[in-house]
Amino acid sequence: MKANPRDVNSGTYYMDGDVAAGYGALAAGCRFIGGYPITPSTEAAETFARIAPKAGAVFIQMEDELGSIASIMGASWSGVKTMTITSGPGYSLMMEAIGLGAMIEAPFVILNIQRGGPSTGVPTKTGQADMMQARWGSHGDYEVIAIAPDSPQELFDYTIKAFNLAEKYRCPVMIMSDECVGHMSEKVVIPPAEEIEIEPRRFYNGPKEKYLPFKPDKDLVPKMVKAGDGYNLYITGLIHDERGYPIKNQIEKGKSQKLPTRRLVDKIRLNADKIIELAEEGMDDAEVVVVSYGISYRVAIRGIEIARGKGIKVGHLRLITVWPFPDKKINELASKVKAFVVPEINYGQVVFEVERCSHGQANVVLVPHGGAGVHDPDDIAEAIEYAAKEKKKIRKVIEWKTRLEKFVFEGGYKLNK
Amino acid sequence: MAEIRFAGYGGQGIIRSGIIVGKGASIYDNKFSTMNQAFGPEARGGACSSQVLLSDTKVLYPYVTVSDVLVAMSQEGYDMFEPELNDKGILLIDEDLVKTKPTRGKIRSFSIPSTRLAEELGNRVFANVVMLGFFTAVSKLVSKEGMEKAVADSVPERFIEHNLKAFQKGFDYYK
Repeated sequence: MKANPRDVNSGTYYMDGDVAAGYGALAAGCRFIGGYPITPSTEAAETFARIAPKAGAVFIQMEDELGSIASIMGASWSGVKTMTITSGPGYSLMMEAIGLGAMIEAPFVILNIQRGGPSTGVPTKTGQADMMQARWGSHGDYEVIAIAPDSPQELFDYTIKAFNLAEKYRCPVMIMSDECVGHMSEKVVIPPAEEIEIEPRRFYNGPKEKYLPFKPDKDLVPKMVKAGDGYNLYITGLIHDERGYPIKNQIEKGKSQKLPTRRLVDKIRLNADKIIELAEEGMDDAEVVVVSYGISYRVAIRGIEIARGKGIKVGHLRLITVWPFPDKKINELASKVKAFVVPEINYGQVVFEVERCSHGQANVVLVPHGGAGVHDPDDIAEAIEYAAKEKKKIRKVIEWKTRLEKFVFEGGYKLNK
Repeated sequence: MAEIRFAGYGGQGIIRSGIIVGKGASIYDNKFSTMNQAFGPEARGGACSSQVLLSDTKVLYPYVTVSDVLVAMSQEGYDMFEPELNDKGILLIDEDLVKTKPTRGKIRSFSIPSTRLAEELGNRVFANVVMLGFFTAVSKLVSKEGMEKAVADSVPERFIEHNLKAFQKGFDYYK
């Protein structure tokens, strides 16, 4: 299905990533955003609020983030495409309801423009430390999809993709961007509506009395109806059967194979190859592979250039989709290369996934960063150089000591005394 | 490839300046550009900077490493970013707001009373646009036409004329 021209503000713009995400959401057919504006994501909410009314879409500033996430789930079951926009503290507040969203299989998108630090942290500066929270933040078994764009153009393009994936797999889809990309301005081309592919809602068309809201299709995803259209609906966070009725009694009788949680994880895991999007470069004769995502991908490009200047064979694997994680790809590369180098703006999150999937075949080096800034490319280059030289198999994630870390631990602390 | 840094206080239009240069280059001059901004939690008054990378090809690494041009609209901004300036770079300052150290290397230094000139035009909010006119004339990195279009495109319609006048004033100040 093509995008509706009413929703697409075609043209060439110079805009920041947040603004581009706002345009992307509308182009994807988003009809409702409930949000509680928070730095550094505010411009996305502002943009959508500004452009939505002309297209018949709505932005409501909710009372808080709990209200925001709950409102979009309700809107989603009423039949429209929805999103919420947040950052660190707001994202934390949304965690419980994300599990509910996964359980009731409401398609929705969360845009997280990550900031630095825990708690209020550094509101106006960057971080990539919510990556594990995106995957595991709510309790219980569920799967999500998370995408990490690297430019304003991608925040437009991948916001549309996020909506498409949400409709297709009916799971929470997270756009895990960060302040750097959100506040970076570049040329953004918004194509004509007929060039934008969008995924329509999977509506059920059969007889009313036969509708089972959680009866899956072959790809394990059920069809939806609109709440209020006269179907019998029971949508609950309790474990439920295909009718949506709680199945506590059946569990007691040993009928736990009916638990829908198996399907909630399988609909993503078994479709992972279709969902995962990666980009790779210079992989043919690579001894070391840099695995990066989001803004760190663009910073790593410079580090790789420096390392290649010293004659080191480095490949670059970019995780456009971070969740589900590309287990197979990393495992396959691990058998061919000496080491992985993972620069990320945190003290180790995705790097542990790389280690897990390399199954001890290759060394794994973390280039950490505490947030509020990006890596010094020289640090990445030096970590690559070390990884290429290291002959021993080291059975743990090796943390590279960056200039910043050296300053903090060897200089800064002493200076403060 | 050129790396440009604007530095000053929140409220001076430092980030807007970066946007205008980036827009002039990438939308109207058909080059590639990336603009990044840095500001604190304060709405106004805090240290603030923006950086613009101009290139004939796609900008991959999006940050300034060594700047070719530093535009300083505050003493703090000058002090912080002067060491980052290339030995052969261009330094532009608002002469009423910034006191410079002796120049190093082959740095070419230019000064303009941009805030004062803007006040003469009726409002100090035009100071950054006066500076952009001066920047355009001195650096020649972005075409004058491109910059004028970008200025006109970045301000409310009723202020376009005022802004273009301010731009011209800065442009003419460089002789």
